[in-house]
Amino acid sequence: MCWDSEAVEVISGLLHGFAVALTPVNLFWCFAGCFLGTVVGVLPGLGPPATIAMLLPLTFQMNPTSAVIMLAGIYYGAKYGGSTTSILLNVPGESSSVVTCLDGYQMAKRGRAGPALGIAAIASFIAGTVGVVGLMLVAPPLAKFALSFSSPEYFALMCLGLAMVVLLAGESMTKALLAMLVGLWVAGMGTDLFTSTSRFTFGNAEMLDGIDFVVVAIGVFALGEVLGNMEIRQGAQLLPVPKGLRDLLPTWQDLKDCRFAFLNGSVIGFLIGVLPGAGSTIASFISYGIEKAVSKHPEKFGTGVVEGVAAPEGANNSETGGAMVPLLTLGIPGSGTTAILLAAFILWGLRPGPLMIQDNPTLFWGLVASMYIGNVMLLVLNLPLVPLFAQILRLPAYVLYPAIFGISIVGVYSTSSSLFDVWMLGAFGLIGYAMRKLDYPSAPLILGFVLGDSMERALRQSLMMSQGDLSILVSRPISATMLFLAVLILVAPSFKKANAWRVRAIS
Amino acid sequence: MKTGDIVSGAALAGLGVFIIVEARGWEYLGPDGPGPGFFPLWYGIALLVLSLLLIGWSVRRGAAPESGARVNWRDVGRALTAWAAFTACIALLKVLGFLLSFGLMTLFMVAVMYRRPLKVALPVAAGTALGFYLVFPLALNVSLPVGVLGF
Repeated sequence: MCWDSEAVEVISGLLHGFAVALTPVNLFWCFAGCFLGTVVGVLPGLGPPATIAMLLPLTFQMNPTSAVIMLAGIYYGAKYGGSTTSILLNVPGESSSVVTCLDGYQMAKRGRAGPALGIAAIASFIAGTVGVVGLMLVAPPLAKFALSFSSPEYFALMCLGLAMVVLLAGESMTKALLAMLVGLWVAGMGTDLFTSTSRFTFGNAEMLDGIDFVVVAIGVFALGEVLGNMEIRQGAQLLPVPKGLRDLLPTWQDLKDCRFAFLNGSVIGFLIGVLPGAGSTIASFISYGIEKAVSKHPEKFGTGVVEGVAAPEGANNSETGGAMVPLLTLGIPGSGTTAILLAAFILWGLRPGPLMIQDNPTLFWGLVASMYIGNVMLLVLNLPLVPLFAQILRLPAYVLYPAIFGISIVGVYSTSSSLFDVWMLGAFGLIGYAMRKLDYPSAPLILGFVLGDSMERALRQSLMMSQGDLSILVSRPISATMLFLAVLILVAPSFKKANAWRVRAIS
Repeated sequence: MKTGDIVSGAALAGLGVFIIVEARGWEYLGPDGPGPGFFPLWYGIALLVLSLLLIGWSVRRGAAPESGARVNWRDVGRALTAWAAFTACIALLKVLGFLLSFGLMTLFMVAVMYRRPLKVALPVAAGTALGFYLVFPLALNVSLPVGVLGF
């Protein structure tokens, strides 16, 4: 009976979502998001976080539902775009596409670039759709469960999420923790919400409102990456794009060989996506490893087998649906990209969390439906347009990089009309570059920055509830369990075996 | 020993000390609960302790050969030159406006950093600045910083 009513709720919600997403305006924004995301995602060195950060200001003047739909399209498109450079040039557009290079580029070298791109698109479509089905089924019950959460549980949940991110963010957990703490500090700049005390403003009136997240996100992700790319003077020659892209459809045998890879990528990608911190890079590597382990010809992996493209590409896209689960139901992002999405939600006056489905059904179900539509659009868009996207790779670096600097300035200036913010953008660009050079992961900084305010609020509200008694955090079963897990996660790497596993997972 | 870890650790330790000193100037616990100094004090302490640990571990590994690739200062110099050009562009925004400052930055990057001849650099700089004007103020109605010349 209970299952029946929940199923009816999901189906009616989804139908409502399709009614929202299929309006001409929202269809257009979904298409624009997929297209722009793919175009920017195709560029080597610019992953989904940088793409979303750069394109985010485009959505500021839109209504929240259309804006969220467009951002989801950008997220999908950027992920798909990353695979194009991996297959065609052996240059992964982002870390989650690294594993696609292994077999994708080998296929391209053997004159099968078209089918490799085709199978990547089909795997992305199938796994992306499975990921959305997972989101649709898991999110409502999880949100209902989270309704019982109060401030101590939220604080503990944020600690757990940050601990997971720190665990898997980079080789050195100390550096990941330091980056996260710097993020908390940057979040604390401005006026204290409880007492109106100004903190870390250096006597500057423009700092009273704190630092805009667009400044931090574009600076650390987009400018940091571009400055890193500009170390090499690569613009003199055009990148060689292989021929033979006309025939993009894989053979029947290719599809048959990929049956398990589609399933493997879909399931692994979704499950890993739900876990904070793990992200699409780990999902793609695990699904590739499983595919190789169960294959009848594991020795051929790395020489250009089609399953070696389908499994990681599927996992990479299914992860998107999984990553949306903690973001939309708990308000906790699990990666740099979803942290930017959370900040965007807050900017539009929305608060992702357990009440979101109940309070904003149009937005939630519209987003879910648009993700289905986005998957179809990407498949339809990418197969015929791959030759066009490949041409973008011919754009010389000396045109591309100054343009990205310009877009970054426009993006920041258009949100606040403040030159002070543009100066801060320059400062965060340098910080982002320095972090790359010194092996400090940037995702914990962004997560610390986005969650800093909420974390402090939850902690202070908890202590107000208990009149200053810290034991409130460990005397409630859910928060105690989550804090115990967070401590366990942070302490575990001090044991050799656990740390060896962690380092293997990262590298 | 990783010099980068020691330098960055020292900088972060300094930041930790700064946060602790500032936080001690604000209320820690008041009658209504924790004050504005409560949270910063704890993450300041964590920042200080962790950065000192990072320095300690780097120094302890002292005799071991440096892990990872050596820093190529020539490459770093290129990135910093690009950053300097970017900040110069920001500095000029108030005087020259976006289009001219951005055009000059592009010209510098194409001609000096990528060593393209002026017959390539000038059209690229002018073309991208014009492209930005057509897309942002004209098509999307997005305002760009305006200089003393009125554009």
